[in-house]
Amino acid sequence: MKSLPEITDKVKKNLIWKSIFRRDYRNTVRDRAQAVFGNVFLHLHPVQVRESAVKLRFTWGMGGITFFAYILLIITGVVLMFYYHPSIDQAYTDIKDLEFQVPFGVILRNLHRWGAHFMVIVVMIHMFRVFMTGSYKAPRQFNWGVGVILLVLTFLLSFTGYLTPWDQLGFWAITVGTNMGAATPLLGYQGPFSEFLHITPFNDVRFALLGGALVGGNALLRSYIWHCVAIPLVATILMFVHFWRVRKDGGISKPQK
Amino acid sequence: MNPFIEIITQPDNIAIVIMVFMVTFFMVWAFQQAFHNDRLLAAGLPVDGETDKFVDTFKPLVRIELIIALVVMVGLTIWSIAVDAPLEEIANPTLTPNPAKAPWYFLGLQELLVYFDPWLAGVVLPSLIVVGLIAIPYIDINPKGNGYYTFTERKWSIIIFSFGFFVLWLLLIVIGVFFRGPGWLWYWPWQEWDHARVVFEPFRDLSSVVGVDSRSLAGFIIGAVVTGVYLVGGMVAPYLYWKKNHPEFLTQLGMIRYITIVFLFITMMSIPIKMVLRLVFLIKYVWITPWFSI
Repeated sequence: MKSLPEITDKVKKNLIWKSIFRRDYRNTVRDRAQAVFGNVFLHLHPVQVRESAVKLRFTWGMGGITFFAYILLIITGVVLMFYYHPSIDQAYTDIKDLEFQVPFGVILRNLHRWGAHFMVIVVMIHMFRVFMTGSYKAPRQFNWGVGVILLVLTFLLSFTGYLTPWDQLGFWAITVGTNMGAATPLLGYQGPFSEFLHITPFNDVRFALLGGALVGGNALLRSYIWHCVAIPLVATILMFVHFWRVRKDGGISKPQK
Repeated sequence: MNPFIEIITQPDNIAIVIMVFMVTFFMVWAFQQAFHNDRLLAAGLPVDGETDKFVDTFKPLVRIELIIALVVMVGLTIWSIAVDAPLEEIANPTLTPNPAKAPWYFLGLQELLVYFDPWLAGVVLPSLIVVGLIAIPYIDINPKGNGYYTFTERKWSIIIFSFGFFVLWLLLIVIGVFFRGPGWLWYWPWQEWDHARVVFEPFRDLSSVVGVDSRSLAGFIIGAVVTGVYLVGGMVAPYLYWKKNHPEFLTQLGMIRYITIVFLFITMMSIPIKMVLRLVFLIKYVWITPWFSI
């Protein structure tokens, strides 16, 4: 029977362990810094942060929680994609399969659904916090704008996901939502002044959104691709910009007078 | 079951109940800290967080992040075990549900459809909300209150933002979710939804109040004048007020900022005004033109 230090020694003192972790962690200033900038995930952070920025009562952790929800949604979303066909013949039965056939399918779908609601809620509270602390003021004006776009993208991500189960709820929510597109001034067939541009139900904004004059197979495919590929791509890039700018604008805001 | 209990325990609506509690909690926390800092400022003391002390990211910050991530994960897991995501009947284009509601976070906008035509409620106003939000840092020239909670140092920006966020956005969502039934009619929580309910709505247009047909030329002119007075008056009145009382503020603000702020503000205020006109004075349209109506 070997003692614990002996076992850890065995695990740590070999080529494989050393190739992954490279060095031992000793609780020194140098190693605490190394732990952050030597790690691709942690190096989002600076090596040191202002003490006030770590206080929960200042940030409420809302930005980080939003990001966490986003990661959770990507993971559950990717797993859901394995069980789903974006066609009107299969989409609904695929969800039924998730409910009755796929192991843990119900909880997978629940996590994705409630995680999405949760992300919408926390991203709004994040915006409220940033406003209340005046953190949009110089030098963070630009990053506030990026944040507003990310807020809109969060709504659109949730909105495009609504149609994917192809049930009555999603179908009519998307119908109500995209009907607004038909009311766009100049570019929607019911909108003011659209007659001057010869806009019809077959060449207006709504048609472009749905890939047709009604919510059908094309609309399902379009919302699926917006939901799973196009918007996440844009949102991820903007999140990089958002986090980068938090760092470059001086980290979590501090009282400036 | 009591219709209200039925509505708030619908799986998707649980999220809105959670939102109401979370938003209330953080609103109270924010204002509490703001008033706390205001007392410190009044006493000439440094506000919360005014320190140059640094701590290591590893581990104080990473530890907090891990704990929060775990708490959120546990919370969402419990939520997902306890409540199943609903799946309604398969999509049926021939069977329109009544009411057909948009996703909950857009119900504030859908609620606006009661008061405005779709091109305004569904397209112009949402676009202006986004533009207006992005514009905030550029039009708010108050240098104070940067990086800490405070109320007194930026009273007006907080009042206006809070009105937009809590009343025009969140309250309208709550109304849309909990108080709107078939035909988008108002239902109190204790009322049963009645699909056969017909409401006689004696709505008229603004010019009919003085006895002029709103679709006649005279009605068109009256509507145009009223709308024009609101827009032009709304744009000019603050200028005159500030010119007289705070000319230095106006100089600081500059013309472009002034126009942006006042335009966004009168657009935002047109929403409660339109609500009062409709709900109190039973006025549907202010101005009817051959192309659009307001």
